[in-house]
Amino acid sequence: MKALRKFLDKIKPNFEPGGKFAPLQSVFEGFESFLFVPATTSRSGVHIHDTIDSKRTMTVVIIALIPALLFGMYNVGYQHYLAIGQLAATSFWTVFLYGLLAVLPKIVVAYVVGLGIEFIVAQMRHHEIQEGFLVSGMLIPMIVPIDTPLWMIAVATAFAVIFAKEVFGGTGMNIFNVALITRAFLFFAYPSKMSGDNVFVRTTDTFGLGGGTVVDGFSGATPLGQVATHVGDKLTLTNIVGEPLTTMDYFIGLIPGSIGETSTLAILIGAVILLATGIASWRIMASVFAGGLLTAWVCTLVDPSIYAAALLSPIDQVCLGGFAFAAVFMATDPVTAARTKVGKYIYGFLIGVMAIIIRVFNTGYPEGAMLAVLFMNAFAPLIDHYVVEANISRRLKRAKKA
Amino acid sequence: MANVVKLVNGLNLNLAGVASPKVERTIVSDTIAIVPDDFHGIVPKVVVKPGDAVKVGSVVMYDKTHPQVQFVSPVSGEVVAVERGERRKVLKIVINNNGKDDAVTFDKASTAVEVKQLLLQSGMWAYIKQRPYDVIADPDVEPRDIFVTAFDNAPLAPTLAYESLAGQDAQAFAKGVEALGMLTAGKVYVGVDSEDVTLSTSAEQVVFKGNFPSCNAGIQAHHIAPVNKGETIWTLNALDVVLIGRLLMNGRIDMMRTVAVTGSEVQSPAYVRTLPGTPMSEILKGNLIASSAARRVISGNVLTGVNVSIDGFLGAYHSQVTVIPEGNDTHEFLGWALPGVKALTTSRTFLSRWLPSRSAKPDARLHGGERAIIMSEEYDRVFPMDILPEFLIKAVIAFDIDRMEQLGIYEVAPEDFAACEFVDTSKLPLQEIIRKGLDALRKEMN
Repeated sequence: MKALRKFLDKIKPNFEPGGKFAPLQSVFEGFESFLFVPATTSRSGVHIHDTIDSKRTMTVVIIALIPALLFGMYNVGYQHYLAIGQLAATSFWTVFLYGLLAVLPKIVVAYVVGLGIEFIVAQMRHHEIQEGFLVSGMLIPMIVPIDTPLWMIAVATAFAVIFAKEVFGGTGMNIFNVALITRAFLFFAYPSKMSGDNVFVRTTDTFGLGGGTVVDGFSGATPLGQVATHVGDKLTLTNIVGEPLTTMDYFIGLIPGSIGETSTLAILIGAVILLATGIASWRIMASVFAGGLLTAWVCTLVDPSIYAAALLSPIDQVCLGGFAFAAVFMATDPVTAARTKVGKYIYGFLIGVMAIIIRVFNTGYPEGAMLAVLFMNAFAPLIDHYVVEANISRRLKRAKKA
Repeated sequence: MANVVKLVNGLNLNLAGVASPKVERTIVSDTIAIVPDDFHGIVPKVVVKPGDAVKVGSVVMYDKTHPQVQFVSPVSGEVVAVERGERRKVLKIVINNNGKDDAVTFDKASTAVEVKQLLLQSGMWAYIKQRPYDVIADPDVEPRDIFVTAFDNAPLAPTLAYESLAGQDAQAFAKGVEALGMLTAGKVYVGVDSEDVTLSTSAEQVVFKGNFPSCNAGIQAHHIAPVNKGETIWTLNALDVVLIGRLLMNGRIDMMRTVAVTGSEVQSPAYVRTLPGTPMSEILKGNLIASSAARRVISGNVLTGVNVSIDGFLGAYHSQVTVIPEGNDTHEFLGWALPGVKALTTSRTFLSRWLPSRSAKPDARLHGGERAIIMSEEYDRVFPMDILPEFLIKAVIAFDIDRMEQLGIYEVAPEDFAACEFVDTSKLPLQEIIRKGLDALRKEMN
């Protein structure tokens, strides 16, 4: 490592103002601080600092996303081979490889576009490259359907990074979750590619792997898609080849859906990592689930002939769609969530409530979890405002009494 | 009587280099220095020049904005230099100690007016700080209450020094508290950390249980009787009250204090007795671990102290010296990804938090770059007041005076944010932000 350090020290002057590669200073510093913890020492205030920094924080979130990502890759392959009727004849690793090849380009595109913009902006503003997009770039591929074209992901990512983050001042300053803005942009700009029955299962081959024709009786509708179009009072959700599904299936997650969202189990493993390390707020996470379960229960009381989702049990509701993913990874984004203790309970609870309400009562949108988070992002500052005002009025009251 | 305040939020760091509880020696240095920067917020006017003879208690400078507030020499001897820096700012006044200990004798004081006059003349006023603004108390304003802190739970704190409050300094402490009681119509409160401590004073004793910063006067005042807009309180450290008591008992000043020499770079951490302004090189002579790497010499503790370097002097308010490695030539490869078995941290993302606590040897590195405030509720965990630290910090950065007042700026001092600054993932200089905010506010308001 000494040799690498020496090499960096040798080429460093080229990147400083006046050097040959001065326009790449931020990029160089980004890589340097990625390789070696900066040796800057404190110049005022405390003389020792906690070893944690934002790189470490973001790394932990990415680690927490990995179970859901790996499961999502496998599930992409699983749904594909199920659709073409070759699942039993295909090995586990081939199924996984198919999913890996299908998902990897999306991750690469999201990172290249997002980090590219991040690098340029960092250089323009002469500040360090910030780590926030490392998480956003991983989230984006996980919340889109597998058949979303790469160019759409590129356009949406660019839009979100520029207009939802950089114009507000970069990581830590944004009002809306960057990954969710990407998703919302795609949803409203290209609705036909983001919902419906034909985008959640890839039926064609990927890089020549897994060719074949779909079996008879195939339907690519997600469980929530089926609920949205369901009429009558007996609801049986099926997988893509028409076999009935149980709550356990929703929980394990071998069902069609956005890449990273289907497996509640894998998401909960991520949740355990986030909570054990103390990176995500348990207050938000718990209250999203509380709000969701409560509202889902209330919704079972409405007339199922008008609102078919009333037939789903509260447990099914939180296992299906993007609810768990939104609760664990989206709602807990500290920058866009409420920042006060009390505010977090309110914020999380309302996300749970909104998500289920959109799902049940707006049949135009089969899924509402992501929109609910985005909606509450806008209200988080308002919630905090009232919590802060309460603190202020306590102080004023005390002054009057004295 | 058991007046106990339990505080949950706080910071407990286990560092290497705790001073063993014995006073090793008394250090009488040939030269001592008075550093005006120690007394934040004053405009120094030096009244001595090189060659002048001074006694223990002779005035060497005063505050231009409050000429009554004087600062005195802790030794007798001769002024050798008045060093100035840019724009003729006084850096230090160096005095040669002749070791004779000739002292100015002060008159006895028995009324409130006399006591105040005595404290101002004898330089003891400098130990009285006020909230708001955390500066030396304005002699024209009578305090609502006076808060004396009689323990310290910062990392490697000089606990032995505080034990003397119930021992050999008990009488002086009681005398000092009694004198302070004359200067306020309100009460004098003494904050201690255990019900077992009984300090025989006329003050009201309050027990504070919890980790750092529960030893800070601001935290204690907040839980006893918080400062509202327009009110002024005084805050003092009990070890400084002892100096006031000695003056009242003996009619002369005696600034000798017990100082803990601590930190992982100190060979045998222990206590010494010495005067403020003693050179660090004398205090640490022969007691540093042999090493070629840079080290940081701090007057005070690692959270609120001042980096004075080995050429510096013991600060006027400090009873502790800490020496840690600087760490500026440590380049940790992929440090953000390491398990962190030895990391000093409050974060459970490092293995060290899951292992039994071991004493750490931290250096002065930030361990990361400065960022916007990303994580929420991080400061709250180590901030035991009903104040929203993050929102207050943001108001101070924006210098929105109304908002700062509403959020409680008058109750806080930079030291109250020391623990927040340590845990901050975004590596913001919070104490500096609060200090600048308070200074600007003081300017704006006066």
